[in-house]
Amino acid sequence: MISFTIDGQMVEGREGQNILEVALDSGFDIPHLCYNENVKPYGACRLCLVEVSRKGRSRLTTSCNYPVLEGIEVFTTTEKVLRARKMVMELLLAMCPGSPLLQRMAKDMGINEVRFKKEDKDCILCGLCARVCDEIVGAHAIQFAFRGDRREMGPPFMEEPKDCIACGACVVVCPVNVIGMKEEGDERTILRWKRTLKMRQCKVCGNYFAPWFQLEKFREKAKLPKDYFDVCFTCRG
Amino acid sequence: MTQSEIDTIIEEHGRKESAILAILQRIQSKENYLPKEDLEYISQKLKIPLTSIFRIATFYNALSLKPRGRHKIDVCLGTACHVRGGGKILEKLERELKISVGETTKDKKFSLESVRCLGCCSLGPVAVIDGQVYGRLTQDKIPSLLKEFK
Amino acid sequence: MKIRTKTDLEKIKERGIEILYPKGIKISVGMATCGISTGAQKVYETIQNEVEKSRLPIIINQTGCIGFCQREPVVDILEPGKPRVFYQEVTPEKAMRLVHEWIENRVIKDWLFFKMEDEEWIVDNKFWNYSIKQLPKGLDGAYIYRQIPFYNKQLKIALRNCGFINPDHIEEYIARGGYFPLYKALHEMKPEDIIEEVKRSGLRGRGGAGFPTGQKWESCRRAKGDIKYVLCNADEGDPGAYMDRSVLEGDPHSVIEGMIIGAYAIGAHEGFIYVRDEYPLAIKKLQTAIHQAEEFGLLGEDILGSGFSFKINLFRGGGAFVCGESTALMASIEGKVGEPRAKHIHTTESGLWDRPSNLNNVETWNNIPVIISRGSEWYSKIGTDKSKGTKVFSIVGKVNNTGLIEVPMGITLREIVYEIGGGIPEGKKFKAVQTGGPSGGCIPESLLDLPVDFDRLTEVGSMMGSGGMIVMDESTCMVDVAKYFMNFLKDESCGKCTSCREGTKRMHEILTEITEGRGKLEYLDLLEELGWVTAEASLCALGGTAPNPVLSTLRYFRDEYKEHIINRRCPAKVCRALLKYRILPEACTMCGRCAKVCPADAISGKRKTKKEEGIPFKIEEEKCIKCGMCFESCKFNAIEVQ
Repeated sequence: MISFTIDGQMVEGREGQNILEVALDSGFDIPHLCYNENVKPYGACRLCLVEVSRKGRSRLTTSCNYPVLEGIEVFTTTEKVLRARKMVMELLLAMCPGSPLLQRMAKDMGINEVRFKKEDKDCILCGLCARVCDEIVGAHAIQFAFRGDRREMGPPFMEEPKDCIACGACVVVCPVNVIGMKEEGDERTILRWKRTLKMRQCKVCGNYFAPWFQLEKFREKAKLPKDYFDVCFTCRG
Repeated sequence: MTQSEIDTIIEEHGRKESAILAILQRIQSKENYLPKEDLEYISQKLKIPLTSIFRIATFYNALSLKPRGRHKIDVCLGTACHVRGGGKILEKLERELKISVGETTKDKKFSLESVRCLGCCSLGPVAVIDGQVYGRLTQDKIPSLLKEFK
Repeated sequence: MKIRTKTDLEKIKERGIEILYPKGIKISVGMATCGISTGAQKVYETIQNEVEKSRLPIIINQTGCIGFCQREPVVDILEPGKPRVFYQEVTPEKAMRLVHEWIENRVIKDWLFFKMEDEEWIVDNKFWNYSIKQLPKGLDGAYIYRQIPFYNKQLKIALRNCGFINPDHIEEYIARGGYFPLYKALHEMKPEDIIEEVKRSGLRGRGGAGFPTGQKWESCRRAKGDIKYVLCNADEGDPGAYMDRSVLEGDPHSVIEGMIIGAYAIGAHEGFIYVRDEYPLAIKKLQTAIHQAEEFGLLGEDILGSGFSFKINLFRGGGAFVCGESTALMASIEGKVGEPRAKHIHTTESGLWDRPSNLNNVETWNNIPVIISRGSEWYSKIGTDKSKGTKVFSIVGKVNNTGLIEVPMGITLREIVYEIGGGIPEGKKFKAVQTGGPSGGCIPESLLDLPVDFDRLTEVGSMMGSGGMIVMDESTCMVDVAKYFMNFLKDESCGKCTSCREGTKRMHEILTEITEGRGKLEYLDLLEELGWVTAEASLCALGGTAPNPVLSTLRYFRDEYKEHIINRRCPAKVCRALLKYRILPEACTMCGRCAKVCPADAISGKRKTKKEEGIPFKIEEEKCIKCGMCFESCKFNAIEVQ
């Protein structure tokens, strides 16, 4: 176990953990958007900034990807930290002013006005959808593209993603809920990527439970028989 | 490019994933852009997700998804050239060619790009056309310069 | 033939000396990018044809850049017993004549650049004397190379061979002492000794950050792992900086040798040189040099019979400024996009493919052979207390003498701008010098006596960076300069961090508002706040130094910003939206030229002819797009810009 302090309080973490996860587990409230414990940390949003003092040197750093180290001192609410977080939030809000989550977080931080020209974007470029798609689902259907202020998240060529299995993981993980999924009849659509797939019907209960394309991929990978997914997961159990 | 041409390039680079940038640059240099089918084929062949290849193709300035013109005009917008009026030269070219920087003329004759510092600062403002450097440019020299190219 | 022993090396040295200083006449043309862009290729071909046609006993040769890029194409003539004579701004016509004049033992005074009576071999600590026995006619009064103000205060360590050797001839590199330091390192020194020497020399990274090189090497050596890498950052991306390019084009072996020594000291057996995509000539020269080094046994297995093996790979960039950042560079080599990663664990412990990696800049590597040969004590006597050695700067912009210079650290900016640079052209007034590229800042006149070194420049809000120095005069608008750099940075940002991507974007947005006459005073504080968060909250040095151009111009030129905002005026007459083009009716000769070239049809008037009186021309403000074509076309100075 690795011992260190957060805001003067002694905490413990395991090798390989990062400051943010230990902090959250220990009850410290550090705002974050692009962090999700199920995927690798990325450090894009810059909200989880803290001040870390190590070997006499102090620096502002993101806590989601800073490894827990013996003896470091972490400070989560110094003036510098609060000032930086506030400005980062203001910049995010200026990007996506219509987001209820961002509006709430900004209000909690004491932001009353946005001093920049408001854009009307909805995606906060946190990258969680792509990380989930890459690391957990393994479909690699969407990813960042372009660079600088033209950075975007989407499928290759911004066309319908041919590798997307419409599992809905990205929909669930998106912190600002801008991906969206709808099911109509025997079709499921991941709205943001404009990916529509036909669903398979369970031979027992008659419900449309998962896209054909997705099930076929699983079957191939796991080398299952052709009729394996004739019955849905609920009925199977 | 044909699939077998792409196969050759991939072989020459040892079929390594890390050679993806070099492979894409080869295709760019031959085709003047990166055709979608070529990227899809490379993704299959090297087992790299198409999303990664698209990401790389849109990240680096040397690569383009849209065809570039037969003659590539690179206007230097390095600091020294900027201070000597490089911006005005770019605008004059935009007016003459009726395109914006980053675009290609409809007849695919010229592509207009900006580049940062070619290192000929004493000659500024500078533009490179088809690898040839043209220095000490002024707005009135542009029309006759463009006429030199077919 | 593979060089195995010191005797082998010395034999090549002798051969190299014969090539460098042949018995007959040798004419060299500077063919680096600066030379080629001014027409050196045609000059070379003209001389070549003339020599063949007339069957003259002359050897024709190519060299790299000798630094005074403004005066290219540069041609030099060498003949035993005579001083070495350099000509400047040579055209194909001039070339023909000066060759024939030389054969008649004459020089053309007006076209002369300078003469040399000896050459410094800094690696060997000696001078090669030309043993002058006779002087061509017309040479009296010619400047000696070191007397010229441009060269007078320079000390060429990194540029030691540029312009003096043909980079495609490894023998010439060896003749001037090259690869002897490598021999010394491999056979007479232990890796730990080499690292100690580099530490004691005080060498700091020349790429911009100025991190102590010896310390970096030591942490890489100490890192756990059998496979380690040495890397060379040749992704020189600062607009206005081309020092590394010159070294790679004119003396590629100096970098290769430095890397082999470093690899030996650290324990690496593979190296990478990451060259910017926009440097095709440098890539070519490196390919030739690497190939030759392999042929001669200086790269590959059992180098110089020492048992040490090392190979270098060349990697071509894809056109992205951010790839100059160490972790982004490594990601790029790995086949990914150049997105930096957190450096809580240093790259010296876990870098390329998670292995210990030592990355240094071109100029840093190039200094190593000299430090090994001359010793750390000699090296540490040059420069200032905390910044040892020399630095290559590219001095460009509004200055009389533009080109590349190498000076000891500690020289003042005033000396560089006025003595070496020759001051501001057209008698205009100095305004600022921008150092460090997009990561640096502008330094005003009041600080011209600042000694140039890493720490002093950082103290005043700028930084050394890779060495670009852009001189600006009264006709440069500092707000426009800040906007220019922000435009560059927001494009080149990888886009990962909110603070950098949005920060640079918004700073650019605000600066655009100001330069287009829509500025508000509160924007100045907002810019400073934005600058602060971009620097503090971003992951890498691109974001970390992005605000510097804005913050430094705000610090020293705040009044200029205020003028744009309060009076909607651009004192330097640069910001287009704030300009008014006006034809002075008294001065107008009614020639009609301006109306002809106006792309917006905004000028009306009547031409004065033999038959008609003519009406003075007038510019219609609403139609005017402020392109400046009328101003450029008027031969009577009748157009004023307000």
